[in-house]
Amino acid sequence: MRDVGDMTNGHVFSLFGAQLTARASGVLWWAHRRILCVSDLHLGKSDRIARRSGTLMPPYETSDTLLRLQAEIDVLAPAIVICLGDSFDDLEAADSLDAAEVQWLNKLQAGRQWIWIEGNHDPGPVEFFGQHLVEFRDGALVFRHISVAGEEAEVSGHYHPKAVVQLGKRSVSRPCFLYDDKRVILPAFGTFTGGLRSDSGALSDIMQRQAFAVLTGKISHVMPMLRE
Amino acid sequence: MPNDLPPTLQAWFDRKGWALHPHQLQMLARCDARATLLIAPTGCGKTMAGFLPSLVELAEGHHKGLHTLYISPLKALATDIKRNLRAPVAEMGLDLRIEDRTGDTSATQKRKQRADPPHILLTTPESLALLTSYSDAHRIFSGLKRVVVDEIHALSESKRGDQLMLALAALQRLCPNMQRVGLSATVEDPHAISMFLACYPDTCEIIHAAAGPLPDIEMLQIDVPAPWSGGGASYAIPAVLLEVARHKTTLIFHNTRAQAEIFFRNLWLANETDLPIGIHHGSLSRDQRARVEEAMVRGQLRAIVCTGSLDLGIDWGDVDLVIQVGAPKNVKRLLQRIGRANHCFNTPSKARLVPANRFEVVECVAALEAVRAHDLDGDPYGKGSRDVLCQHILITACAGPFAADNLYAQVITVGRYTGLSRSEFDDCLEFCATGGYALKGYDRWRRLLQTSDRKWQLRDPRTAQRIRMNIGTIQDTDLLKVRLRGRGGKSLGEVEEAFAATLSLGDTFLIGGQVVCYEGLREMTVEVSQKSGKKPKIATFSGTKFATSTQLSKRILDGLKRLDWPELPLYMRNWISLQRQVSKLPQVDRLLVETFPYEGRSTSVFYGFAGRNAMQTLGLLLSKRMEDAGLAPLGFVATDYAVMIWGLEPVTDPAALLGAQGLRDGLETWLAGNAVMKRTFRTSAVIAGLIERNLPGSRKSGRQATFSSDILYDTLLKYDPEHVLMQITREEARKGLVDFDRIEEMLKRISGRIDHVVLERVTPFAAPLLLEMGRVPVKGQAEEQLLAEETAKLMQASGINQIDLMRSE
Repeated sequence: MRDVGDMTNGHVFSLFGAQLTARASGVLWWAHRRILCVSDLHLGKSDRIARRSGTLMPPYETSDTLLRLQAEIDVLAPAIVICLGDSFDDLEAADSLDAAEVQWLNKLQAGRQWIWIEGNHDPGPVEFFGQHLVEFRDGALVFRHISVAGEEAEVSGHYHPKAVVQLGKRSVSRPCFLYDDKRVILPAFGTFTGGLRSDSGALSDIMQRQAFAVLTGKISHVMPMLRE
Repeated sequence: MPNDLPPTLQAWFDRKGWALHPHQLQMLARCDARATLLIAPTGCGKTMAGFLPSLVELAEGHHKGLHTLYISPLKALATDIKRNLRAPVAEMGLDLRIEDRTGDTSATQKRKQRADPPHILLTTPESLALLTSYSDAHRIFSGLKRVVVDEIHALSESKRGDQLMLALAALQRLCPNMQRVGLSATVEDPHAISMFLACYPDTCEIIHAAAGPLPDIEMLQIDVPAPWSGGGASYAIPAVLLEVARHKTTLIFHNTRAQAEIFFRNLWLANETDLPIGIHHGSLSRDQRARVEEAMVRGQLRAIVCTGSLDLGIDWGDVDLVIQVGAPKNVKRLLQRIGRANHCFNTPSKARLVPANRFEVVECVAALEAVRAHDLDGDPYGKGSRDVLCQHILITACAGPFAADNLYAQVITVGRYTGLSRSEFDDCLEFCATGGYALKGYDRWRRLLQTSDRKWQLRDPRTAQRIRMNIGTIQDTDLLKVRLRGRGGKSLGEVEEAFAATLSLGDTFLIGGQVVCYEGLREMTVEVSQKSGKKPKIATFSGTKFATSTQLSKRILDGLKRLDWPELPLYMRNWISLQRQVSKLPQVDRLLVETFPYEGRSTSVFYGFAGRNAMQTLGLLLSKRMEDAGLAPLGFVATDYAVMIWGLEPVTDPAALLGAQGLRDGLETWLAGNAVMKRTFRTSAVIAGLIERNLPGSRKSGRQATFSSDILYDTLLKYDPEHVLMQITREEARKGLVDFDRIEEMLKRISGRIDHVVLERVTPFAAPLLLEMGRVPVKGQAEEQLLAEETAKLMQASGINQIDLMRSE
């Protein structure tokens, strides 16, 4: 039957010669370069909501996000971690991490290269160890927050794509990767993040006709991307 | 003497040739009592009895400002009472201001009312809660003498009632001598309602009006048999039209809005003589409802298709027949609806029942027997909800700084909160102030702060606006507005968000009796175009679903036990005897379980007859046990009588699944992770102020910025399972949607006596379940398996499979 071990790892595809794994957890793994790429962590989101609206969400999303990220780092032992932007819900949210969370993040960063790409939520450097870049190139690939029209070999995030699959009379909705032969868009990894349906206009405009969605969850599932 | 009316009022009664009813005199005699409850059947001057003491006092002409506050559970009722009170007051020559204040009142009017309140203000629990949140509440309510709560029985079992009583406790502090008057329909337990009404420990006298004549109530005679399933009752259309033609005005009641819509459309299609017929339900736009209401008052409508929105005391036009379509579920409610016909004393009300399908025929006949035996159903009255208390604390903070001791003392004067412990209260206060999280707190951004005099107040006064925008407790479902596409498109009403999510371009559905075509979703509004002639997809906005009461369920099972049930039509007796032949009949002291294949799934039906909510819970618990047993359940659907579960593998040993201890354990552990709990959590989180439904300014477009309440629930379950909101969720679920008591009652009733019948095909009793709405998915191994199959199928259909992709490098 199915090779569960392989399925839980994720779906392997290639982009401009780079063999990439869209993992069921929602991170992108480039085994050859030992690069782990993750997008839209939105750390400090509950703090930002409290500050702005007075609503007091369960303040556990930062540690939950870090816990899941750590699980992936433990398994993959990456040489480079690229956070593709919107790593913090805003620049002030970056200051809201408590001492334990900051220490935790430092521990994750130890012994590897760490790259913070700027996002629209966190435009500008944050007070954390690592390189702060607008975009990053490695080999053929370029890593940036928001996909740029006309570019190729591009890895980006920002849109929080999700896919909706009709199973008979019900529908299942999962955060997903979207890829075609030009680019891949990562799902949001942060615990308190919603999603944008892949058949929305914005995503249909960006992706090529022949694009695929890789659903995240316990195990990954690949399917043709649903379009507008 | 209390029965000496002031001359102006006496003259009016004399002119009309009316004498006061005994219960109206009793109400006058008790005009100084702290709390009085009047129990009276419909149409015997109940409202006049409630207002008479106030009119007598106001006739003296000395009172300044607000004198009497009238609370109604329905906006429409408040408007209706305004109309029915202004006329006699004008005829009496009294110079009184009588105004209503509801969600439909204009902002200008509302501002005026705050600055200069009328003598009599007619409002709803939500609008009252909003009024008490203003810092000038003490000024608005100064001089308030009396509060009249109309149709109090309809509020006494709900969160709206909790909110109202908490607001009244706040008013009682502002106006210590305020009197409370409750007006109720005939109920099974008046004492419980009097406890609900009075300010603890006040006593509350109960006045009973004389009961009217027995109603004339029968099944509607229809030549064709009721269908196997469904709620449309279209088979009854010709018979209903005939009755409408024979009567002056007919009210046609439905249990859900969707059913009302479908019935209304079918009625129109068959209405060859062009009888004027309207539709009225809570999802329609204000304009549309107002138009129907006005036409009805003018006597221009021969029939109104309606739902619970016309359940309560509204006195429109000359209704001489009530038709109930669908099973009544509850004998008390049926009596209420019957009372809508002949809204005058001493004439029997006339009502006819139209079951929508075969199970409902049985229930209708059982309900008729219950009405004749005057066997009313009683529901247990639980404790007040703590999510409503959280909202009340925030509302109190909006009005100004408060002391926790005072607020607690005030809250426990509310009947349903007298048992609230100080620590339960403090947990709610802590939640409002800091979020109440165990592992991590908000130091800088807490919502409430304690000032130097230990009073609590909002950290940021600007949040008051957000809190006010989210006042209310009726939010079980998210509603989206429906509007015609184009500039200034007409608003047609609302549908549930979940329903809107199932629509794709070109889908058609019914709203307000017209077929519309889905064009798209734009900034939280469903845009549609008009379509004529097309057969619509059904609008499934559900309205409130009630569980069939324990008493009624028992009557049904008792009826099935009889070898023949002569009150049932012949086709029904045939249907039942066919079930007896191919399978078995459900019995009070046994549980019938049927297992058969259907559409490639193995399907099992458990005929528990424990009411919709308990059967739903049983479905959740059984599907969990089936998942553990490797039967890969996919989903289930529950009705008042049975739960049907389908999956990849057949059930072979139902007794093993139904062990009471196993189910109880499942309730404790697994129930935490299921959809019903998440739904309950969502409702409580919205009421308690953790999730805001309404935001200032425009709504965010695109759903990217929002995330589902399920994520919050999962996070709390993982990191803070004893958080107060999780406690509240469990309290509420046990009370409402879970209804585990009725499962226990059922298990005791059957004591392990299970009849498992394995068949090759669907049985007569199972057939109706196949078309039930409200299927609940089971998120287990079967979901992953089907997802894998479905995505593989999609890959295959697209002409490329994974292997090709890998090779193409």
